[in-house]
Amino acid sequence: MSDAILTSDIGRSLWDDAKLRLKRNKAAVASLFALTLVTLLSLFGPFITGHAFDKVYPEYTRVPASLSAFPLPEQIQPAIERIASRVRAKAEAIEINGGVVKVTLVGPRAVDERGLAFFERSDAFGKPTILAREDEGRKLIVSVPIEYRRFLFGTDANGRDLLTRTLIAGRVSLAIGLLAAGVGVMIGVIYGATSGYFGGRVDDVMMRIVDIIYALPFIFFVIMLVVFFGRNFVLMFIAVGAVEWLDMARIVRGQTLSLRQQEFVQAAEAMGVGHGGILRRHIIPNVLGPVVVYMTLLVPKVILLESFLSFLGLGVQEPMTSWGVLISDGARNIQGAAYMLVFPAIFLVTTLFALNFIGDGLRDALDPKDR
Amino acid sequence: MFQAKTLFYAAAFATATLLSSTAFAQVTFLRGNDGDPETLDVQKGSTVTEAHLMRDLYDGLMIHNAKGEVVYGVAASHIESAGGTVFTFKLRPNAKWSNGDDFKASDYVFAFRRIINPDTGAKYANILFPIKNAEKVNKKQDGAKLEDIGVKAIDDKTLEITLERPTPYFLELLTHQTGYPVHEASVKKHGADYTKPENWVSNGAYSLKEWTPNSHIRLDKSPSFHDAANVQIERIMYFPTPDYAAASRRFMAGELHFTTDIPADQTKFLKEKLGDQVKIAPYLGTYYLAFNMAKKPFDDVRVRQALSMTIDREFIAEQIWGGTMLPGYSFVPPGIGNYGKPAAPDWAEKSPIDREDTAKKLLTAAGFGPGKPLKVEIRYNTTDNNRRTVVAIADQWKQVGVETTFINTDAKTHFAFLRERGEFDAARAGWIGDYSDPQNFLFLFQKDNTGFNYARFDNAEFDGLMKQAESETDLKKRADIMFKAEQIIAREQPYASVLFYSTKNLVSNKLQGFSSNLRGAYATRFYRLNP
Amino acid sequence: MLTYILRRLLSTIPTLLVVITISFFLIRVAPGGPFDLEQPLNEAVLANLRKLYKLDEPLWRQYLLYLQGLVRGDFGPSFSSQDLTVAELFAKGLPVSIRLGALALTLAVFVGGALGVIAALRQNQPADYVVVTAATAGITVPTFVTAPLFQVTFGLWLAWLPVGGWNDGAVRNTVLPVLVLALPQMAVVARMIRAAMIEMLRANHIRTLRAQGLSNATIIRHALRGAALPVVSYLGPAAAALLTGSVVVETIFGLPGIGRYFVEGALNRDYTLVMGTVVVIACFVLVFNLIVDVLYAALDPRVRYA
Repeated sequence: MSDAILTSDIGRSLWDDAKLRLKRNKAAVASLFALTLVTLLSLFGPFITGHAFDKVYPEYTRVPASLSAFPLPEQIQPAIERIASRVRAKAEAIEINGGVVKVTLVGPRAVDERGLAFFERSDAFGKPTILAREDEGRKLIVSVPIEYRRFLFGTDANGRDLLTRTLIAGRVSLAIGLLAAGVGVMIGVIYGATSGYFGGRVDDVMMRIVDIIYALPFIFFVIMLVVFFGRNFVLMFIAVGAVEWLDMARIVRGQTLSLRQQEFVQAAEAMGVGHGGILRRHIIPNVLGPVVVYMTLLVPKVILLESFLSFLGLGVQEPMTSWGVLISDGARNIQGAAYMLVFPAIFLVTTLFALNFIGDGLRDALDPKDR
Repeated sequence: MFQAKTLFYAAAFATATLLSSTAFAQVTFLRGNDGDPETLDVQKGSTVTEAHLMRDLYDGLMIHNAKGEVVYGVAASHIESAGGTVFTFKLRPNAKWSNGDDFKASDYVFAFRRIINPDTGAKYANILFPIKNAEKVNKKQDGAKLEDIGVKAIDDKTLEITLERPTPYFLELLTHQTGYPVHEASVKKHGADYTKPENWVSNGAYSLKEWTPNSHIRLDKSPSFHDAANVQIERIMYFPTPDYAAASRRFMAGELHFTTDIPADQTKFLKEKLGDQVKIAPYLGTYYLAFNMAKKPFDDVRVRQALSMTIDREFIAEQIWGGTMLPGYSFVPPGIGNYGKPAAPDWAEKSPIDREDTAKKLLTAAGFGPGKPLKVEIRYNTTDNNRRTVVAIADQWKQVGVETTFINTDAKTHFAFLRERGEFDAARAGWIGDYSDPQNFLFLFQKDNTGFNYARFDNAEFDGLMKQAESETDLKKRADIMFKAEQIIAREQPYASVLFYSTKNLVSNKLQGFSSNLRGAYATRFYRLNP
Repeated sequence: MLTYILRRLLSTIPTLLVVITISFFLIRVAPGGPFDLEQPLNEAVLANLRKLYKLDEPLWRQYLLYLQGLVRGDFGPSFSSQDLTVAELFAKGLPVSIRLGALALTLAVFVGGALGVIAALRQNQPADYVVVTAATAGITVPTFVTAPLFQVTFGLWLAWLPVGGWNDGAVRNTVLPVLVLALPQMAVVARMIRAAMIEMLRANHIRTLRAQGLSNATIIRHALRGAALPVVSYLGPAAAALLTGSVVVETIFGLPGIGRYFVEGALNRDYTLVMGTVVVIACFVLVFNLIVDVLYAALDPRVRYA
C-alpha cells in the first residue's frame, strides 16, 4: 500500500519534470503544435473542403493545383457547346452573367428537353430553367447556374479533390501508425517485461523466439500479411504491429533485468506481492519512459512502411487512400504533375518530422542522466 | 556458287570481328523490355517480354514483318493440301544456324516433339494442339508417342505438318514463339544449359552474347542468318525496365531508343515533351469485367446488361488511360484476322444518357431501385490503372443507383481466385490474343473451358456455333458463324468489355522503319538506326 | 574467441531450421502459385508443369525434399527465372548488392558520423539545427521519392549522370543509387553519433582530459571512441537492410542486385526464390550480429567473451 503511493509519487514528479523540460525544447513544442494541426486538419478538414473525398468530377481529371475556381471563364462556352451537341442542338447567344449562363439551344427538330439533364450531370452547371420555348420547341432559351469549384491541391486521375483526399489519407495514415505502434508496444512491453522479470530459462526461451523472428525476412513477412489480411487494413496493421514489437521487447527486457535488482522490487517480493502485481505496479510504470520514446519513433516507421507497401501496389483499399498511396502516385508523376507529389508529401514529411522531434525531445526530457 | 557464298560470309565475319568495338559502338540499339525473361528457352517462355527477344533470336516458318503481316520466315514457300490438313513447307536453301550449321527440316521435327513432350514443361504447348496427335501426347492420352506427332521431314529442306483438323489460322499460329525451332545438337549436348550465351545457337537475325540478369541482354547480329545482308543494326542491348516511369526518363535522357510501354498517367506530358516519338496503336487484346453468372443477381441478363451499358468507355479510355487504351464494346478486338467487324451490343451506338435510362429500367425490372440498390463488389489485381478504372466504373454505376465496393489483391491471389472459381460479383481481367483469329477470343466462353471461363457462361447455342465453326473450312462462312456466336456474347454480356489494349511505345527519332502493328511484333532486323 | 564464434555459428542452425520451416509453409498457404498468370495456362499444360516441379506431391514431402536439397547446397531452380537456379541468382546479384551496400554504408558512416560530430560540438547552434533537420529529412522522405527526384535533377535536368542502368558497375551509374541508398542511413548515423557524442562530451573521463588541457582533436578522438559503440551495433541491421531492402532503388535505377528478389519472390509466389531469400537473410542477420558482437568486444574493453 505504502509503496504504491511512493512509486506513484516518484512517477508524478518524474513526469512533471519531463513535461517542464519538454516545454523548454522549442523544436519539440513546435512539433507538437504541427502534429496537432495535422491531426485536427485530417479529422475535421474533410468536412469543410466542400468536396467528398470519393466524389468524382469526370470533367476535372488531373487539374493542377491552383487558387482559381473551375470552370475557368474560357471553359464555360466550350462546355455549353458540348452539352448542346449532345442534345443535338446548336448553342447560340451564350451570355455569361455573374454565376448564370443564358443560352439559346437551336435544333433541327424540337429539342428533347430530357437532354437538359446533361447540364445537371455536368460538373460545371446546376439545374437549368427553361425561360422560353420558340419555334415549336426548336428553339429553347435556357438559363443555367454555374457551379464554381476550387481544387487547391488539384485533382487526381479520377477527378477527385486532392486536398480532401490528402486530409482523409492523413486519418488513415495516422490511424495505421498509432494502431500498429500501439499493438507493437503493448506486445513488446508485456513480452519484454515478462521475459526480463522471470529471467533464467524463461528468458532464454523467450529471447530465442525473438531471435528467430528477427531472422525472418521482414518484407516477406509483411507481404504475406497483406496477402492474408489485405482486405481489411485495420486488421492488417494490427498484424504489422504484431511483428514490430521485437526491439521494444528487447529494450523493456533490459530495463526490467536491472529493475529486478532494485530494492523496491525486492521489497515487494518479500512482502508477498504476486508476479502479476509486481509487473503491473513496479516494472511497467518504470519502463514507460523509453517505451513512450520508442513509440513516437515507431509511428513514423509504420507510416513509412505503409507508404512502401503502397509503392509496391499493396496499399489500402479504394475509395480509401493514404499518404503512401498518394505519394507513390505522385512520385511516378514527378515530371508531368508534380503537384500530385508535393502536397501529400508536405503533410507526410511534416508529420514524420514532428514525430521524430517529439521523440527526441521526450528522450532528452526523460533521460535521468540529464537531470 | 555455294562455296563462294560461304567464303563471302567468312570474310564478312572476319571484317566484322576485326572492326568489332568501333563499328558496333555506333549501331547499338538500346531497347527497353518489360522485364527480364523468365527463360531464354524459346519453348518454355510465355510472356511478351520473351516474345520480343525471341523474335530477334529466331526465325520461324512464318513470321511477322515490320507491319505485323504474316510472311515467310525460314520457309520459302508452302503448299496446303486440298482438305486443309496437310501443310508442306519448303525451307530456304540458305537457312543456317548461328554456328554455321545447315538448317534442316529435321530440326523442326525435333523442336515440335520437344515442345509437345509433357516432360519439357512448355507453358504454351497448347498453341500447337491443332497439330495431329499433339494434344494426345501432351496429355499422355491413348498411349500416343512423340513419334506420332504430325511433323515429318520429307528431306533436309522439306517439312510436312499434318493437322488434327483444318485450322484456317494455322499459318498465323506458326508466328507464335512456340513455332520457333531449336538446335537439336546443342539442346542434346547442354540440356537446359543450351540457353547460356556460351552454348547459344539459334537461327534468327541475332544471336545471344551476354545475359546479366536484371541488367541487360546483349544480342549481336548473326552473320550466318539467311538475310544478314539486309540486317542493319549490328547489336542490340535489351534492358529490363519494369518501372515505366523510370523507363520514360531514361528514354528522355537518350539512354533508351525504344520502350515497350508508357505510363498511362503521363501520356499527355510525354506527348507534349516527345511529340510523335510517342507511338500508340491498337493491339490484339481486351480488358474486361467478368460477371459471376453463378451468383444472384448476376445470373440475370438484365443486371449484366444494365451494368455493362452504364460504363462510359470513352471516358475511361481517354481520361483514365490517357488515350493509351481504346473504348471496347465487342469482345473480339477490331482488326483481327479471319473476321469482319466484331459484334457489338445494340446499345453501343446510343448516347450515354439513353443508355443510363435503359439501364435504370432494366434494373427496376430486375427488382432493384431506390431503397433496394444493387450492390456490386469488384475484384481487381492492384495496379494504378486498374485502380483508377474501377473507381471510374463505380462512379458511373452510382448514376444508376448501384453501390460498389472493391477488393484489390496482388496479381497471383487475384488470378488464382479466378481460376479456382472463387465467389465474386464482378472481376477485372484481360485477354491478349495469342493468334489473330476470333476463335482465340471466343473460346473463353465455351462451357468446357473451365480454366478461362470466369463468368461460368453456359449457353448451348453458343457452344454449338463454336463447334460448327471448328469444322468449317470456308473462311467466310466460318467468320459468319463466329459472328453469330459473338452476338450471343454481346447480348448476354457475361463479360463487360471495357477497353481494347494498345501497343504503346516510345520510339526514338533515330530509329527508322518502325511501324506500330496489331500484333506488337517489333523485330529489330527490319529497323535501321541513325547515329 | 574462436570457440565463441564457432559456438555461436552452431547455435544458429536450429534457429535457421525454424525460420525455414515457418517460411516454407507460410508461402505455400498463400493463395495463388507460380503458374497463376494474367493470361491463364491451359489446364493440361498446367498439370504437366505441376508434375514437373513436384508441386503435385503432398506438402510434407515437398518440404522434406526441399530440406534434402538444402543440405546438399541445392536451393532448387527459380520459377520466375527458369534458366538459373536460386543459388546462381544470388551469386550473380550479391556482388552488386554488396558493392552498392558497402559504398552506401561507408558513405553513411563517414559523412553521417562527421555531421553528427559537428552537430554535437555545436549543440543548439545553427549548424546543429541544419544537421538535425537534414538528418530527419533523410529518415522521413521515402526512397521512392528521392530516387525519381535525383533521376530528374541529376540525370535529365543537369544531365551530369546517367538516369539509370548498371553498365557493368561503371562509377557514373552507381553514384545516384548509392546516394539514394545512403541518405536514410546517413541520417540515422548522424543522429546517433550526435546523441552519443553529446553524452560523451559530458562524461567524467572526457572532462578530466579537458581539464588536463589536451587538444580538442584528442578529446574528440576519445569521445568518438565511446560514441561509436551504438553505431557499431546499428551497423549489423543496417548492412542487412541495405543488402536486402534495396528493391525500390533497384527497380527504379534498373540495377541487378538481390533486393528485388525479396519482394518479387513473395509476389510471384516463386517458392524456391522465396526460400532462398529466407535463408540468405537469416544468414545475414545471424552473421552480421556475430560480427557486431566481435567488433563490440574489440572496441569496448569491458566486454569479454569466454
